[in-house]
Amino acid sequence: MAVTVVAIVRVRNLFAVAMLGGIYSLLAASMFVALDAVDVAFTEAAVGAGISTVLFLGTLAVTSQQEKLPAHSQIIPLFVCAVTGAALIYGSLDMARFGDPKAPIHHHVAPLYLEESQGATSVPNVVTSVLASYRGYDTLGEVTVIFTAGIGVILLLGSWRRGRRKKEDEEA
Amino acid sequence: MNDYLVLRVVTKLLMPFILLFALYVQFHGDFGPGGGFQAGVIFASGFILYALIFGVENAESILPDGILRSGMAGGVLLYAGVGIVSLLMGGNFLDYSVLQHDPVHGQHLGISVIEFGVGTTVACVMITVFYTFARWKG
Amino acid sequence: MDIVGLYNYWIVIFLMMAGFYVVIARGNLIKKLVGLNVFQASVFVLYISMGKVTGGTAPIIAEGITNYSNPLPHVLILTAIVVGVATTALGLALVVRIRQAYGTIEEDEIHKLDDDS
Repeated sequence: MAVTVVAIVRVRNLFAVAMLGGIYSLLAASMFVALDAVDVAFTEAAVGAGISTVLFLGTLAVTSQQEKLPAHSQIIPLFVCAVTGAALIYGSLDMARFGDPKAPIHHHVAPLYLEESQGATSVPNVVTSVLASYRGYDTLGEVTVIFTAGIGVILLLGSWRRGRRKKEDEEA
Repeated sequence: MNDYLVLRVVTKLLMPFILLFALYVQFHGDFGPGGGFQAGVIFASGFILYALIFGVENAESILPDGILRSGMAGGVLLYAGVGIVSLLMGGNFLDYSVLQHDPVHGQHLGISVIEFGVGTTVACVMITVFYTFARWKG
Repeated sequence: MDIVGLYNYWIVIFLMMAGFYVVIARGNLIKKLVGLNVFQASVFVLYISMGKVTGGTAPIIAEGITNYSNPLPHVLILTAIVVGVATTALGLALVVRIRQAYGTIEEDEIHKLDDDS
């Protein structure tokens, strides 16, 4: 993954960048399988490697393919990134170790979900039951966000305006 | 794209399996990995594949804009509608336990219905977004 | 103290900073969006790796298994991915419109055109 990301930063051909983005998503998906998150891996593989790559390519088809070098200096962004990264690494020293069952995240509401959801909803997949039942409000909000984004794309690029113009032409 | 015989044949072969798999993920999501979000995305990618190979016009003849737009809104309405039905039946908003006499069955029914709503919205939005990008001429 | 156990955070931080760098240092709008996606995926990896329990399995209840990974991060990230692609689509739509209005997708050239007019 790290190699792919370095390539994304370096490569200037946007077509190659879009494809590398797809590869990056696919690698992330296989990593999610290794980390027991099968539902998430499913989604990431279909969305990241499939749909968003197609969308990027669709955009590239109507815009230019080559990136130009920015005029301003690269040193300040690099410095900002280095400082932020160092601060984050310092912060990570206090985090729980990888895979530690005693980490605080595993002792809040997660055990409750794992123990009760089977009896309360008769759905063995805990991810589904938490998504739809325990956190139903959240999911309703997410669906609304997706709906709104779809409406936004239609408004920005949609054909309904062109259709109306055609009708006006016919009337004129 | 009319010359690529292999692509056309393979797409035709794969399409039913992709759509069937999406439906399996949708309705089997309670027991195995899967659910509305995944199913919607897989369904959409099946149609996007079809539209890539055979052209947007052909894909539109199967799934016209009207159906997609009503599907987008219908999914959200179905989700919110389940919440309102549970309100009317004396529970809290989105409290599925009151949907049937047995709270456990009610929960199961509620989850299945709203997952279907989620799947419809996601699939329709993704296909619509792809159509609009593909039709854009600048 | 067992420093090696923190390697997952360091991978995430590296990916995150790479995405961040692309977003702030590059002027091309599509490249910026790709960088944003990299950044986003690194956050997903952060959440999922926090939910992992050593020896646990996927959180689907089955007989004979008592040790599951934490399902809560999975739920959050599942919705985040789909919302992420929806917002990416919206961003790309904006890029296409910007290209139509300005004839370029380079930030510097857009600023120049704005200053001239």
